[in-house]
Amino acid sequence: MADTIKLEVSRYSPETDAAPHFQSFEVPFRRDWVVLDALNYIKDKQDGSLTYRWSCRMGICGSCGMLVNGEPKLTCATFLADYAPAPIRVEPLRNFPVVRDLVIAMNDFMRKLQRMKPWLIRKEEKPVSEGEYLQTPDELDTYKQFSMCINCMLCYAACPVYGLDPLFSGPAAIALAQRYNLDSRDQGAKDRFPVLSQHDAIWGCTFVGECTRVCPKHVDPAGAIQQYKLTAALDWVKSVVMPWGGK
Amino acid sequence: MKSAAATPPYTLNHPRWYRKRVSTYWWLQRWEYLRFVLREISSVFVAWFVVLTLLQIYAASRGSMAYSEFQDFLKNPFVLALNIVSFFFVVFHSITWFNLSARAMAIRVGGKRVPGFLISGPNFAAWLVISAVIAWLLLRG
Amino acid sequence: MEVQPTKLRIEPLLWLLFSAGGVVAAFFIPIHLFILGIAAPLGWTKATDYTSATAFLAFPIVRLYLFVLCSLPLFHAAHRIRYTLYDGLQIKHLNEVIAVCCYGGAVVGTVIAGYLLWNIV
Repeated sequence: MADTIKLEVSRYSPETDAAPHFQSFEVPFRRDWVVLDALNYIKDKQDGSLTYRWSCRMGICGSCGMLVNGEPKLTCATFLADYAPAPIRVEPLRNFPVVRDLVIAMNDFMRKLQRMKPWLIRKEEKPVSEGEYLQTPDELDTYKQFSMCINCMLCYAACPVYGLDPLFSGPAAIALAQRYNLDSRDQGAKDRFPVLSQHDAIWGCTFVGECTRVCPKHVDPAGAIQQYKLTAALDWVKSVVMPWGGK
Repeated sequence: MKSAAATPPYTLNHPRWYRKRVSTYWWLQRWEYLRFVLREISSVFVAWFVVLTLLQIYAASRGSMAYSEFQDFLKNPFVLALNIVSFFFVVFHSITWFNLSARAMAIRVGGKRVPGFLISGPNFAAWLVISAVIAWLLLRG
Repeated sequence: MEVQPTKLRIEPLLWLLFSAGGVVAAFFIPIHLFILGIAAPLGWTKATDYTSATAFLAFPIVRLYLFVLCSLPLFHAAHRIRYTLYDGLQIKHLNEVIAVCCYGGAVVGTVIAGYLLWNIV
């Protein structure tokens, strides 16, 4: 068992580089180390200029998403032991502009998420004196899976449509819209419909399914999108068959 | 981001972000993407089956001479090879379709989500039954 | 007030056609292709001989079945091919042309199928 492992880390400095290049580092190989530990070791002991995002180191904040051997992963949840002894390639998330080294610009995702109105929309807010909105465990179950999203954007790195079409809203944004659509306390499905039923939202998705495969929290955004396609299509049928129908 | 009127002119530092161009061959770069494109290409072979059926019906409408020419066409080794390849793609379509449609539906029974294999399983079974029935109907004649 | 361009009213319909076509293709096409394209030319069955074929085509229900079998999968293929060309080859500037060719082709195929099956004696 070797006691070191090689990491090939993508480096990019906007002041000096035209394009990213790889730099190799040898880090100690510990069975319990994850890629994030290796990056922290590099920054601590070998190259303090290495720039990357991380926070909770336990798979809940969604900060440390990167490509490990081309696969979108949370580096705090990716063990070196699974890749040893081969060198591990660490790159910034695919389909996003690279700001520096392993850091990407997520402004596009934030904008698209906001467009989906990811909050409870009520026709009228209940005053606090009337108590809480009640919800049964079954009602919670209908949207709970989609609420597990940690906004890590691994799904965007996996989605080829997002890479090809810069206008595409992307898996997480649509899944989060669906999370609120399905919430029994929410009354805003009609508000979200014009944003969702667009070519740059649900209709652009071709159900590649990569987003669901890479999601670390098993949100299944692909499932959310297809389910909403069915909802939108049935809505359309209703509007054609019963044009006078209103709700 | 607006500078106050009193301060001297200030240029906001915006580093040069790097955007990688997506290659035309993006679908060859990962095995999962290739499998996806093959799945989509299976629809071309679905369309080929329709063309074949329309050719068959057209030949039947023109009489037995035209029809036996069509049957010879089917026996042509290139056409036969194409149809064998098409068959594999069409079966690939069926398998992927039943798996996909199970994930696209959120069916709840008694408040709990029905797991995917309980939706795709009956679909596969129905596919086999339907195929057997059609085979029986066609072959006994 | 939301403005819904025409394209949006079409997309749900196109997706429903794609789904229906996918279901028909998934359940029915493999066995038909096997019998017509592999078993019959290899001499394993006479099911697609002239006499059998014309005997089957005499039934209106068979003609209706064949119409559905030919028409819906064409729309399924048109939808998928359109998106594959759009995404796979990134020829977005030909977007409208591709859409018209794909769905137009499906419409033409449907018309041909309808014409053939209606007029067959």
